[in-house]
Amino acid sequence: MRLEWWQNLPLLLIVAPLICAVICSVLNGRAARRVMTGLSAAACLLMAALLYFTVRDSQSFVYTMGEIGAPFGNELRVGVLESLMGLAFSLVVFFAILGGRTQLERDVAPNRMHLYAAMLCLLLAALSAMTFTNDLFTAYVFIEITTIAACALISATGKGRTLFAATRYMIMNLLGSGLFLLGLSMLYGLTGHLLFPQLGKSVEALLAEGRYPGPLYLSFILMTVGIGFKCALWPFHTWLPNAYASATATSSALLSSVISKIYIFLLIKIFFRASGAQVFARRIEDVLFGFAVVGIILGSVNAIRERHFSRMIAHSSVSQIGYIFLGISLGTEAGMAAAMFHILAHSAAKTMLFLSANKLRAASDGGDSFADIRGAGFRAPAAGLAFLVGACSLVGIPALGGFASKVYLAQAGIDLGGWRMIALLATLAVSTALNVAYLLRTALILYRSDADQPQKISRLPHDGAFIAAMCALMSVNLALGLAGYPVMDLIRRGISMFA
Amino acid sequence: MLQSVMEHLDELTAMALFGIGFSLLLLNRNMIKKIIGFSMMDSGIYLFLASYGYIESRLAPIYTDNMTDPGAYVNPLPAGLVLTGIVVAVSVTAIMLGLTVRLYQRYHTLDIEEIAEQIRKEGK
Repeated sequence: MRLEWWQNLPLLLIVAPLICAVICSVLNGRAARRVMTGLSAAACLLMAALLYFTVRDSQSFVYTMGEIGAPFGNELRVGVLESLMGLAFSLVVFFAILGGRTQLERDVAPNRMHLYAAMLCLLLAALSAMTFTNDLFTAYVFIEITTIAACALISATGKGRTLFAATRYMIMNLLGSGLFLLGLSMLYGLTGHLLFPQLGKSVEALLAEGRYPGPLYLSFILMTVGIGFKCALWPFHTWLPNAYASATATSSALLSSVISKIYIFLLIKIFFRASGAQVFARRIEDVLFGFAVVGIILGSVNAIRERHFSRMIAHSSVSQIGYIFLGISLGTEAGMAAAMFHILAHSAAKTMLFLSANKLRAASDGGDSFADIRGAGFRAPAAGLAFLVGACSLVGIPALGGFASKVYLAQAGIDLGGWRMIALLATLAVSTALNVAYLLRTALILYRSDADQPQKISRLPHDGAFIAAMCALMSVNLALGLAGYPVMDLIRRGISMFA
Repeated sequence: MLQSVMEHLDELTAMALFGIGFSLLLLNRNMIKKIIGFSMMDSGIYLFLASYGYIESRLAPIYTDNMTDPGAYVNPLPAGLVLTGIVVAVSVTAIMLGLTVRLYQRYHTLDIEEIAEQIRKEGK
């Protein structure tokens, strides 16, 4: 089969960042930062091109590495869903770099900037690899690369607190990757395959013959729990608040909007394409559903009880991850599509929240308590507005992305009916109330007059990149809310060509 | 019973190693012991993979002149996976040790609870 020229793009998207990472490590800080910004912009363009071509042809394609075919070779698979997710992730990376630039210069020592850029390039490579790969072991290797890059991104500021957060992050993630690798080895031992399509067929055949149901089931549980550790699903989330809150703005935006989401996307791939037509997805899903519900509620409760501004936002991530798992655990295509949509909506809103929260703290002398940030919305108007929009989106104010995703989630639940529908709707209602309690309260504090307080800081220097990034993210949020349907349509088409 | 234990000795050892390593990494307070636990956990998995790949009386998958029958060799893939896994584990161990050194320089202890305590005091 002859390849079209654009079918080489996925490989380019993996190899080019790896090369850039090597180049960055020998450049000086300024040049390395330019490489990293340029690379993430280029990644956005290439992903958009891929999306265009896959939608035009409305079929997915498989890129065979070195033309060694299945079952021995290594493959990349690109469809509408993969390129859409890839586009969303690289956009978030680009905006996070742009919007966090001032903070980055302040937090990361100049003689370390090139290493930060190198790690960010590695992250981009791992991101496209995990989005496109068709091979379970390749996915594992890039999971580890992501873990290493994320650890470096957290600890980049070099303060004691961030070092400790990075250590905790590493420990929990290593537990997760250990479980994932064990599950993978068991699955490989049972089926003899690592490529998703062959794996799926083999699992299906084994189950049809009634052989090894227990070990197969166990291997999928191990992989799910392993990924649960990595994307901070509720009982495994203990590393999250410190890691998110103590890192520099770009890093925390990336951690919550890209890194945890990419693991979830991988899990969706495993569920949909390697578990043999979701034969036992049913039973895992019941447990996941429970975890998701508890996670949504407890994440919000923890956020309400939190006395620190940035840790509050971090806690709310646990609850948002819960929404995504709620969609996945419905086990229907509509649920899956709603989960995907929520990945997009949450990424757009959370990136903005983390970036603007850092800016607001900078406008309050770096203070992190709610008393410190009083009136910060006046001191940093753009950041205040961005926070307000992001908070409204997460709460689910109509016309913003978070509202649309809650509607899709509720619809998926209603289509399903039964006890899950009732549990889901109740959870949505309770969680929305809780979200209002902490997000809008914070937004009000931001705009409370600070006339009785001495002006803490004269206005921040003008930061064009930050304002541009915030405007772009705000319009993405609005677009997802007002014109979510075309995006949803793309997701549905992607899912239909997924299996 | 004993028969089946003897038959699956590799797997059982591997699982025991994994369990010991996992609980060390999760529960031990000492950073160095955590890292040792991580190494044991991964070694357990590699043993598990390697024991799949080994079939008695078959050759290592290296092509020598007059042996063209693929049935004479073992499957090379598990060995490849183990090799890749070892590379990953080495780099992760290096990062963990680096972090431990930095934490020790700052807080003069390897005990993770104690470090957490000191950070809590710092914050106030």
